[in-house]
Parts: sequence; C-alpha cells; structure tokens
Amino acid sequence: MRLADDERALSRVLLAPAVLYIALLVGGPFVLAIIYSLTSISLGGHSFNFVGLQNFQAALRDPSFRRALGNTVLFAFVSQILVLVLASVLAIALQREFRGKWLVRLLILLPWVAPISLGTIGWLWIFDSIYSVINWTLRYLHIFGATTWPIWLGQPKLAMVSIVTVQVWRTLPLATVILLGGLSGIPQDIHDAAEVDGARFFRHMFQITIPLVLPISLVATLFGFVFAFTDMIVVYVLTRGGPFDTTQVLASLAFFKSVDGGDLGGGAAVALFLLPVLAAAAVGMLHMARRAEVT
Amino acid sequence: MATVETKNIRKVFQEHTAVDGVDLQTREGEFLVLLGPSGCGKTTLLRMIAGLERQTSGDILIGGRVVNEMPPRERKIAMVFQSYALYPHMTVAKNIAFPLKAQGAEPKTIDARVKTAASMFGIERLLQRKPRQLSGGERQRVALARAMVREPDVFLLDEPLSNLDAKLRHMARDELQQFQRRLKTTTVYVTHDQVEAMGLGDRIAVMSAGKVRQLGRPQEVYDDPADTFVAGFLGSPPMQFFENDGALVGFRAENLLPKAVYSSNEPLVSFWYRVTRVEDLGADRLLYGSLRDLAPDTKMIVNLPSTIHVPLTPGEAYEFACKVNDLKFFDPKTGLRIPSRPLRGKA
Amino acid sequence: MATGQALHGAGGKVANFGIIAAFAAFAAFPFAWMLITTFKRTGDLLDPNHNPFLYSQPPTLENLRVLFNDTLFVRWAGNTMFIGVLVVLITLLIAVPAGYSLARLTGAIGEQLGVAMFLTYLVPPTILFIPLSRVVSILHLQDSPWALVLVYPSFTIPFCTWLMMGFFKVIPKDVEEAAMIDGLSRFGAFVRVILPMSIAGLLTVVIFTFTLVLQEFVYALTFISSAKNFTVSVGVPSFLVRGDVYFWGSLMAACFIASVPIAFLYNLFVDRFIAGFTVGAVKG
Repeated sequence: MRLADDERALSRVLLAPAVLYIALLVGGPFVLAIIYSLTSISLGGHSFNFVGLQNFQAALRDPSFRRALGNTVLFAFVSQILVLVLASVLAIALQREFRGKWLVRLLILLPWVAPISLGTIGWLWIFDSIYSVINWTLRYLHIFGATTWPIWLGQPKLAMVSIVTVQVWRTLPLATVILLGGLSGIPQDIHDAAEVDGARFFRHMFQITIPLVLPISLVATLFGFVFAFTDMIVVYVLTRGGPFDTTQVLASLAFFKSVDGGDLGGGAAVALFLLPVLAAAAVGMLHMARRAEVT
Repeated sequence: MATVETKNIRKVFQEHTAVDGVDLQTREGEFLVLLGPSGCGKTTLLRMIAGLERQTSGDILIGGRVVNEMPPRERKIAMVFQSYALYPHMTVAKNIAFPLKAQGAEPKTIDARVKTAASMFGIERLLQRKPRQLSGGERQRVALARAMVREPDVFLLDEPLSNLDAKLRHMARDELQQFQRRLKTTTVYVTHDQVEAMGLGDRIAVMSAGKVRQLGRPQEVYDDPADTFVAGFLGSPPMQFFENDGALVGFRAENLLPKAVYSSNEPLVSFWYRVTRVEDLGADRLLYGSLRDLAPDTKMIVNLPSTIHVPLTPGEAYEFACKVNDLKFFDPKTGLRIPSRPLRGKA
Repeated sequence: MATGQALHGAGGKVANFGIIAAFAAFAAFPFAWMLITTFKRTGDLLDPNHNPFLYSQPPTLENLRVLFNDTLFVRWAGNTMFIGVLVVLITLLIAVPAGYSLARLTGAIGEQLGVAMFLTYLVPPTILFIPLSRVVSILHLQDSPWALVLVYPSFTIPFCTWLMMGFFKVIPKDVEEAAMIDGLSRFGAFVRVILPMSIAGLLTVVIFTFTLVLQEFVYALTFISSAKNFTVSVGVPSFLVRGDVYFWGSLMAACFIASVPIAFLYNLFVDRFIAGFTVGAVKG
C-alpha cells in the first residue's frame, strides 16, 4: 500500500513534525529547566555543579521569594474570582440581541487582542504618579484635595490593586466570550421550560443557567488562572516588582533572578515552583471538560 | 380544569406574519390538535398560549380569564417540548420536582407528588438517573411527568412524539391518549403528523399560513374538508383533484372502486379508469392510472383493499365508481368547498 | 423572540444596557485614552491643571512624526511582520496536518494525544525561557529575529493543532470517503477536499498565530538585546522610555497603532475560536 493510503503510516507522518517540534522546544527545555534547578549554573559561567535541592531550599528561605509566592497566589486568585463574577454578569447581559452588538463585542475584546505589554503601558499612563487621569477626576470631584492624592503604583497596596485591575481588564474578554459560548449552547427550550415551570429570575439563574455553564466557565477560569499565575508582563511593565519588591510575582522574580542576576539555577528553581499549581490546574481542567454536561 | 380561547390572535415577526387572526376555543377537558405543515404558525400559536411569545394583537383566555399580561408561570399551564427540555444537570426526581419547588411547595408534598407522577408513568426506577442516561421513550415520560406533577389547568404539547422512532411512537401515542382521558385536562397538541392528529385529537384545527382552515372532529375534517388545502394535506395519498365544468372535483383514493363491487341500489357516479401500473402492497393494491374520459392527463391513484379480487391488467380501462357523496367540489379560485353538482360529460 | 435567560421588562432593559455600557467603557477606556493622548502637545499633557479629557492646546501630529521618524518603531513593526509571517507559515505547515491526524487518523490515542498537545500549551514561557536562552546561544542565534522564529512555534503549534483538530472533527467523514471512492488517495482527500473546505479554519489559525506572535513578550525580552532587533511588544515599552523620561504622546500612539487594527481582524474570527475551544474542551 502506498504511504498516501496507509492510514497508520500517514497519521504518524502528519503528526511527527508537531510532536518533534514540541519535544525539542518544549519537552527538552522543560527537562533542562529541571536539571538547571538542581545545579549552580549561572549566566555566562560554565560551572555545572550538581547542588541537589539547594536552589529550592535557598528560595524557600529567601523572604523575597516567599513574598512573591504570596503575591502570585493573591494576584491569581483575586483576579480570577473577579473575572468569573464580572464575566458572568457581562455574558448574561450580552445574550440579549441589540443593535450595535458587534461594536460592543469589539470594544470588549480589545484588551485581550491587543499586545498585553502595550495595553499595560496604556494603564501605566492612566496610573501615572502626577498626570493620572483617575487622580485628576478624583480631585475634580473633590474626593481628594489638591495636595494629597494616591500614588497608584508607588504604594504597595495600591500597586497590587492596580496590577489586579489590569489583569482583570485583560482576562475578562476571554472569559466573557467563552461564557457567552457556553450560554448560547443551552437550548432555548430549557429556558422556556424553566419559565413555564414557574422559575423566577433568580431560581432560573442559580438552578438552571449557572449550573449548566459551570463546567465550561470553570475551564475558562482555570485557563485564566494559569495565565495569571505564570505571567509576568503586567507586573514587569507596571511596577517591575516594586515598590521595594512588594508586587513581585514568581514569574517576574524568576526573570530578574536569572536574566538580571545571572543566577540561572536559582531562577529555574523559582519558576519550577509554578509547576505543582500548573499540574493541578491542568488536572482540574481535564476533569471539568469530562464532566461538561451541556448536551 | 379550564378552556383555552384565542380571540383574533396575531403575531408578526418583523415583516412576516406567523399567526394571522386565529379564533379558537377548546372545550372542557378536550384534546385539541393543531395540525399543519412546518411554518404554518402552529408552534407560535402554542407558544403564545404558553406566554413564551407575546402576541402582536388579540386576546388569550385561559379558564375565561384574559392572560395577555401574565407570565407563563401564572397561567396554570404545563408544556412538553419537542426536545423534552429536561434539565440535563438534574436527576429525573429533581426534574419532576422542579415546578413544585418553584411554586414553593412543602418538601413532603413534593416527595409524595413526585412519587405519584413517577408511578403513573412507570419511571420510579429511573428517579436517580440523569436525563442523558435515559432512552428517548423514557425522556418523554419524564417530560410528561414533569408537566402533570403540579396539576395544571391546561397541557400544551409541542410535537412530543417526533423524536421517537416509529415503533415507540405508536405506543407513546396510545399512552398519551389514555393519560389525557384519565386526567381530563384540557390539552392543546401541536403536530405536523396527520396520523397523530387523527388518532389523538377530539378535534383538529388544520392550520396553514397563519390561519385556521378548518376546525372539526377528525372524521369531519377528513371526510368534509373545508377547502383544497385541508383536502390535500390530510390522507395518504391526499385527496386527488380534476377539473370539471369550472369546478375542482376531489375524491379519495380509497373511495373509487370497480363498479361491480357495489350493490345496485346505491347512487353512484361511474368513470372509465385506465390502469397503467399495479402495485401489490399486501393489504392493499395501489393502482396508477387516469380517468379515461374526464381527465386523461391527470395521474390518479386508486387504493383497493386486498379483499377485492377483481383482476386488473395494466393498459386496460375498467368501469370504476364512487358514491355521489364521496365527490367533493371546490371553487378553483378560492379553493373553498362549493355545493355538489352533477359532473359534465361523464362517461 | 427571547434569547437565553434575559432580564424582563423596561427595568431589565435599562439594567442590561447599563451593565454593557459600563463594561464596554472599562474595556475600551485605555485605548480611547491612547488615542486622545496621541494628538496632545507635550505642554498640554504635562500640566496637571489642564482637564485631561479636553484639548487645552490645539491637537498635533508631532507625536506621530516623532514615532515614525525618530524612533525604531517602523523597524520593530517590520521585525514583527517578518517573524509573524514566518511563524505563521511554520505553524500552518506543522499544525494543520497534525490537527487532521489527531482528528481523523489516530482513533482513541488521538484523543489523548490531543489533550497532551493542549497541556503543552499551558507550560508557560516562565519555565522555558531560561533553558531556551541556552539553546538559542548554542545555536548562535542570540540577538537575532531567527531565535524568535525558532521558538515561537513552540506555543503556536500546540494551540493551533488543538484548534484545527476541532475544525476537522466537525467536517463529516462522508466527504473524504466520497473523495476516496472518486479516486483520491487518503492524503489526496485531505489536501484536495478537506483543506479547501477548511479555509475559514486556516484563516483562523493565521490570525491567532499572528496575534500570539504580536503579544509575545518574555522570549523577545530575553533573547534580543539590541534595539533594532526588537519586536513591537518589547521595543515600545523598553525604548520609548529613556530612563525616567516617557514620551507619552509617541508611546500612546505606538500602543494604539499596534493594538487596534489587529483587534478588528480578530473580531471576525473569534466565534470560530470559541467554537474550537468548546468543541475541543467539551468533547475532547
């Protein structure tokens, strides 16, 4: 049989380049990352001494690591819970047909499509210490006096609030469109049946609509969670981890440690702390996907 | 118990008029079937009665009260959907209990009534299953149980048998009718299937293009169609027409028989029928041919029960006849029935 | 006709409208702000007493002139294009056959492989950039756009394979079986019948790959060192800021130009993305 007709051989030939590419550029580096984390390798250096779990132990002892770990968890959880709630509200509102819906959808999608680093720069300007439009408006409304105002990116708590805001801003579109997809997957008959069966707005919402989109919305949330947990762009652009490392997250810490500090092993170890959470998220996602029951 | 009444009800979607001035009134405990081809407005009419769709004009009365402004939950109706619309995330028990919970019934009452409903439909052993673990027939029973559990004044059913295979459909039809007879709850039933309509309905409303063409008992609608649409929609094969003397004349395939079969004292109309092909279907013989003298170019089908053994050879013409009353006359322009008259130029 | 579960009545409509308006404003505000800032004179911008929503001085094109003439923005855009086109080509060549193979040829193992493929997409650059930087330097690709051409498919391929798998799954099998009976080989049926039917899917892959390239930040930041070799997403935040001096007008112009046009394109394809996502995620 010719190759072009042999299903088994053909399937392998078609799949092989992708598997190879991923093995070489994801699998290989992934193993390397683990090896690095067990060594004292540094940028430009050639020492490759096996140091066991020292990098991990050092990281755990390091207060800046602990702080970054706490920040990462806080940042990822708070932003994704906000995203889930807000996206549900928005998706339900967007179900209704109205004129100009395509424009609204375009506007709402913008933060997701635009390069994150550039969108975040837009926020950098909005949060500017002197020329912040938010502060101008607050002063204009006499919520703040002429001499005192919040320095959004300069005060630790406000900086975290700002970072969470930007993360919510950029993940909300994805969660919304996925939820909207889930909502439109519910047959209209089900909604009609609930209405005929006497369900009022909240019973309908909490006993029919939300349970039915729950699996898909959890997948979306886990997706957003993985992004938030592993991403450094918002932090890097807005605060570079500052002020005084108070907004550092694991991803940005790994970057600063390895690229700016030259400690590749230490950086790799920090990054690998993401792994258990990632694995848990992946398992959760698969579990949810299997359970999806919108028929 | 209640009646449903629609008064000059209309529904216009943008440009398209889906329901165009329908006046209908059910009787107490009646099984009324809305029958028509797809797109005739029957489902829209049902959804307006349910309150899922707001009529453009006209009134809907349930139990004598105008319900125009009421949401579905206040209309004391229950509905079974074509897809059954079972809540996929709830067990059968929870599905059936849902309307009761929405009413705020006591947990004890709910329990008891769910059990009663389940035993009525023989689905007790399915109570803990989820809808996707059920067969089509089982889903249909669950949907019915969910509809009857809160004892509505009116049942609305939207093609509830169309998702069942042919064998199940027969059984389900029978069960459905028994169940309705027992509860004596007024029922409005939408279908495009004339066999279902004939078999189930106390009366049938035949709809087309948003209007009710005829309302009557199944036999009335079948035997005395009000217009060519009804005549042509019901029956398999439907009523066949030929032109005669400025009128459309219709007859049913089973009403034309060899003249020899009739006893001599019946008032008959006879024709020469040329047979071109014979199909022997076991219980029936289907003849294909034409009326040699009256309408030689129009294909006419004759349905002979196999109890009639007259030998028939393709290519030959035979003398056939039907009772005078079995010929129906229609105005070719309006399609409406006109009084019977003698045929011109008959053989 | 009711759609989904909607709020009822006039009050519901107003609430609905309010919610949508608030969210749209939140989403679009930074971009509107970029646009306003683009045409402001520096003196107007940097006066805290001026109402920032209004033009206290006449609008100007100066910021755009600076951006296009005095910065490397055009060069970065060119780099991004160059890398984007190559990555799109590589991705199409590798991910489309792989998606087909997973959707049709590999049976139950295909399902699992598909899931595995999806999981690799979740492995973040944060874990991979350190070893990859080593790989890049071994290949002597430091500070070269080719480093990014090499590395970017490592995240576009899993994603697009997954996406294409979803597209191919919904094409009825009969179509290629008919083609095979009509004289095409298994592979021929894929190339001559299935691919032309999947133009929309392929376009979606092109758009999404390009968007992913445009968005990528960490690898470009790590592998590229000289200003002229950067992509837009790293060049703009890194080099339009000199120390503490921000050229806000030009900066905002750059952000706006690089963000909004692609969003229009993306918007046309997002439904297919969602379809792919839900087919893949729910039925996978």
